[in-house]
This record gives sequence, C-alpha cells and structure tokens, in this order.
Amino acid sequence: MTVLVDKNSKIIIQGFTGKMGSFHADEMIKYGSKVVGGVTPGKGGSKHLDLPVFNTVKDAVNETGADASILFVPPAFAADSAMEAADAGIKICVAIVDGIPSHDMIRIKRYMRRYTKSSKMTLVGPNCAGIISPGKSMLGIMPGHIYKEGRVGIISRSGTLGYEAAQQLKNLNIGVSTSVGIGGDPINGSSFRDIIEKFETDDETDAILMIGEIGGPQEVAAGEFAKENMKKPVIAYIAGLTAPKGRVMGHAGAIVSAYGESAIEKVEILKECGITISKNPSVMGDTVKSVLEKM
Amino acid sequence: MDIHEYQAKKILSNFGVTIPRGGIVYSPENAENKAREIGGSRWVVKAQIHSGARGKAGGIIVCNTPLEVAQATDKLLGKKLVTNQTGPEGKIVNRIYIEEATDIEKELYLGLVFDRSSESIMVVASTEGGMSVEEISKEKPETIIRSKIEVAVGMQNFQARELAFGLGIEPDLIRRASDTIIGCYKAFSELDATMVEVNPLVISKQKQILALDCKMSFDNNAMFRRSQVSELRDKTQEDSKEIFASDRGLNYVSLDGNIGNIINGAGLAMASMDMIKLAGGAPANFLDVGGGATPEKIVKAFKLVTMDEKVKVILVNIFAGINRCDWVAEGIVDALKKIEIKVPLVIRLAGTNVEKGNKILKESKINYIEANTLEDAANKAVAALNK
Repeated sequence: MTVLVDKNSKIIIQGFTGKMGSFHADEMIKYGSKVVGGVTPGKGGSKHLDLPVFNTVKDAVNETGADASILFVPPAFAADSAMEAADAGIKICVAIVDGIPSHDMIRIKRYMRRYTKSSKMTLVGPNCAGIISPGKSMLGIMPGHIYKEGRVGIISRSGTLGYEAAQQLKNLNIGVSTSVGIGGDPINGSSFRDIIEKFETDDETDAILMIGEIGGPQEVAAGEFAKENMKKPVIAYIAGLTAPKGRVMGHAGAIVSAYGESAIEKVEILKECGITISKNPSVMGDTVKSVLEKM
Repeated sequence: MDIHEYQAKKILSNFGVTIPRGGIVYSPENAENKAREIGGSRWVVKAQIHSGARGKAGGIIVCNTPLEVAQATDKLLGKKLVTNQTGPEGKIVNRIYIEEATDIEKELYLGLVFDRSSESIMVVASTEGGMSVEEISKEKPETIIRSKIEVAVGMQNFQARELAFGLGIEPDLIRRASDTIIGCYKAFSELDATMVEVNPLVISKQKQILALDCKMSFDNNAMFRRSQVSELRDKTQEDSKEIFASDRGLNYVSLDGNIGNIINGAGLAMASMDMIKLAGGAPANFLDVGGGATPEKIVKAFKLVTMDEKVKVILVNIFAGINRCDWVAEGIVDALKKIEIKVPLVIRLAGTNVEKGNKILKESKINYIEANTLEDAANKAVAALNK
C-alpha cells in the first residue's frame, strides 16, 4: 500500500476552472496522476482540459468514481468545499489554500465528527504543498521531478523546506515513498501524529523524516506517539531556532506561545522520545542516511 | 491583528460586559472636559499602545483633579513608551483613554484562547488578577482553572457558573459573573478573535464586576468578513517595514541582526535564519516572498530589505519548484536593475533548472556571491559581513 494516494486514486479538482486549479491540474496530469474531472458550481456539463466539469462534488463522485480531491477555492469558501467533499464520500482531500480562518477550520473538524472512522475523509492542509507518492501519483503543487522513488516518508509543515529535504535525499540517492505537506496553519486537517501513524503501517516506508517548526503541540504529540507505538525510526528537524517569542513567522501557526513550543524545547522533548534530530536544515539528508545505514 | 484597550472594552460592553465609564482623547485640550464629562472624583489616564505592562512603563497615571488629567495626558501624548513587550524602540502614544477610577476589592484573571491540542476554545481563569498569565502559571499555578468549550454548541451557563464559583465569587454575584464570562466568549467566537484577555477582571467595593483592562487579537485570515473589526487597525502601532510588507503580500518580521533575508516559504526562511545563527551571524529580518517567488515579489522584497539600515549583507535563498530557477534568476536580475544594492549580496538558488538560473546570474554582471547549499549560503553571508 501507499500512504493516502496511489496510481489508482481518482482525483477531482475543486475550483477546477480557475487559474490556479487549471495550472496545477495540468501539472498533476503531466506527472501521471489520474485526474478524472473537476467541480465549479454553475459550470457543470462543460469540459475543461478535456475533462468533465460538475456542479457538485456528489455529481462528480457519482459520475467518475472519484475518491480524492484537491481544493483551489478562495479561503472564504474553502471550509464549505472541504465539508462538501467529506459529505460526497471523498476519501482524501488536500486543501492547498492559504488563509482559511481558524474558526472555519474548527467548524470543518466538528462537522467531520459525524462520520465513523472508516467513512471519514482524511483532510490534509490547509496552507500546504499537498501529497506525492513519487512515480505513482501527485495530489499537490510540488515540483514532482525533485522526488526520487524510494522508501523514506516525509512529513512537513513547510512546502519549500520539504522540497529542500527531498532534494537533499535525492542528491544522496535516497528516494521517497510518500511526502505529505500538512501545512502551516494553527489548526489543520491532519497532524504530524495522524500521518506518522499511517507511515508506521505502510510497508513501502522504512523511515520517516518529520520537518516541524515552532508553535503548537503537534511535533511533541507525534514524538510521544512514536515513543510508545513506533518501530520505524523517525528523524526530525525543527525550524525556527532564531524566531522571537510571540511573533508569527509567516505561517499562521508558527508562533511560540507556551512551553514546549520553541525550537529548542521541541528538540529536547523529541530527543527524549528517541527521535534522531537533524541538527540543522543543511544535514536533513545526511541524518536520514546515517539512520538508514544503521538499520 | 491587535486592537487598543479602549476598542476592546467597547466591543466587550456590546456583549454585555460592564466597563468603567471612560472616553478617548487625542489632545490634552480635551482631556479636562472629558474628565468632567465622565464624572467622579478620581480618574485613570491610560496610554493606548499595543502592549501590555504599560503601568510599569509609566503609561498609566492616577489623577485627582481634571487639571491633573490634562497634565497627565499632555505628559503621555506623543511619547514613546518602552515596555517589556515593545522592544527597545517602544511604541508611540497617540491616544489617551480617560477612565473613572475603580475602588477595587478583588482582581481576577480571565483569558480566552484557541487551544491547539483540543482544537477548541479554552477559557483560563485565576484569582490572581493583575499578574501576567505567564507569571501566574509560574508562581501560582494552583489558582488556574480551565474550561474547554465545545464550539459547535458554544459556552453553556453551567460552564460559566463553574468558573465563577471556582474563582470564589460570592453567590449574589455569580449570575453577573457568568454573564460577563459568556459575554467574553461570545465576543471571541462571533468576531473571529484569537485571544481575549481581561486582566484584571475586578470586583469593585460597590460589588460591580468590571473589565478593568482588556486585550483582544483577531485572526487576520478572517478580516474579509469582519470589516468593523479591521477598521480598528492602528498602523502607528506597527513596524513601518512590516506595514510596507503586509501591504505588498510579503510575510515580514523585523529582527535585531544585520543579515537581510529574501527567501521563499516560511519554513525555508526560518531554516535559513537558523543556519545564519549557526554560522555565527544574526538575521535582520524574516522575509517570505511566498512559495512562488514571482519577479514582482522579488523586486518588492529587495526594496523592503534595502530600506533597513541595519542590513550589512543580503542573503537570497530561493528553492524553485514549478517557478523555475531561470525564471527566478531573471526576476533577481530585473530587480537589481531597479534597485541599487550597496552591501554584499549572497544568492543561493536550488531546485528546478538550477544550472540555467546560476548561468543567468553569472552572465548578468550583477555583483554577487554564489552559494550552493543552505550551509554554504549562511557561511558566505557571515564571511561577507566580516570583510
């Protein structure tokens, strides 16, 4: 199995006919992802990029059998679109959009509590680069060619720092099973812990690189989960050593407001959880390599 | 987005929270009249800046006559107040809030924040009002009580009641105290706030429950639907470079060092700053031009970083994905035609078409230092500083 997406994932684009939606749909198709259509309310029945456009996600799912979606709708409408996807039976939804209000994210997560664990959609993002399983499928906006096929899982809040890691691994001839961008917002669809748990049971992944940053409890929660439940090695880098307390560093979620949220504190806690720390962002690849060599 | 104390109080009073009588003035001439209009026999003159700890910085003055109110207003207006939260440059006082003095019997703490672990709204209260919540958690952690609110149904009366009883409030005042707590919750949830802090919440000798000081912050991402809140923004309280940046869609935070940064992506920007520190330098700023790093954004970023006189070296670090390095390099060359850079410039490109990008930079005759890795870039920036 692969984590979250594979060759057979049938993808629809929500916000298909907009500029962003069109551009990235095209990139995903070129990469080999199975894009089966898209949704733009009011444009149902037409064609875009030679693919069918639907008015609702339900129509798209009924007609195409889509099980994955990616959102390119403006922030004000993103919560509504994510809930529409969940209700239509989409299994995995990636929200690329940056700027969803936190109160809306809480609303989405409360809404999704109506589904049982097995019927619940996995939401990844918002404010993220998406998901790629190299050589299989890309449900995101990353440059696909920098990812070599392989057996390391990557989870990153940041898009470009995740790219940096993939490139460092590729330069060392190490490939990636799946890379998941969980996004930089304070409240997100999937946490580090949610994804790390999926990697633990993925038979195509040997080790996991977790790229976190200052702010919030998620890196520590993942570390504690790993300590109790995981056999696969986890390597982590935490960005934001120099970030001042109480300031938002670009990502809405990157703000130190409590104990355990600064880079130094997170590193200390993760070390205690048995996680190997990449001491700086330039050696993420080397650190993964040394861990793999010891296995 | 932060707002002033008097604005936050006005909002809370609209949600049924009692606040002392008061009024805002922008000049000392109006202060005396305002004090008479408010009435009473003692007044508190409060400098309105976006910072806590104003009292210790001399920004809050108790007065016994309207004349004293005018003198205190005159003393504070136009001054820069330096508190332990403003940084050494301080914040300018352009507005003065005059308030009737309250006879305080008891000071309490009430705060509402997003709890990122439970993804709900957390109400935090303590009997030790007047201290910062950090001080309370350090010195009197046993006084802190918390209540997690299920946002789908909102705060219930019993939750507010439990908090009120937990604060030791006498039975006659419980109803009023619960209404106050629920009012704060409603303000938080209905206006897309990220923080509401009433500190202190006081019980007066006259048995009134009053919000004596209040701070509110709001979710910038929700301002599109909160025009009445976004109107309260006071740009005089923000760093001028940060305003320049936010007006141009750049994420910028001014810092104390001297290496200016232009980077795409918040995570990569923080990582580059970390590398600068490990190399023995200090970043002058955090600057994320956005994952796409468009030529327009790069021009704006160079303008912004060169505005900062502290900057002695500029480090550009772009990881180009779908925006290829050759395109980014053309953007940099174009930017440097428009803006003169007087300090050493280190450029590191990575990702798609990196060779093409570096070739364009080399052939453009711009004066720069090429770097290949994150580490190399940070080392070269620090080395350029020491030359």
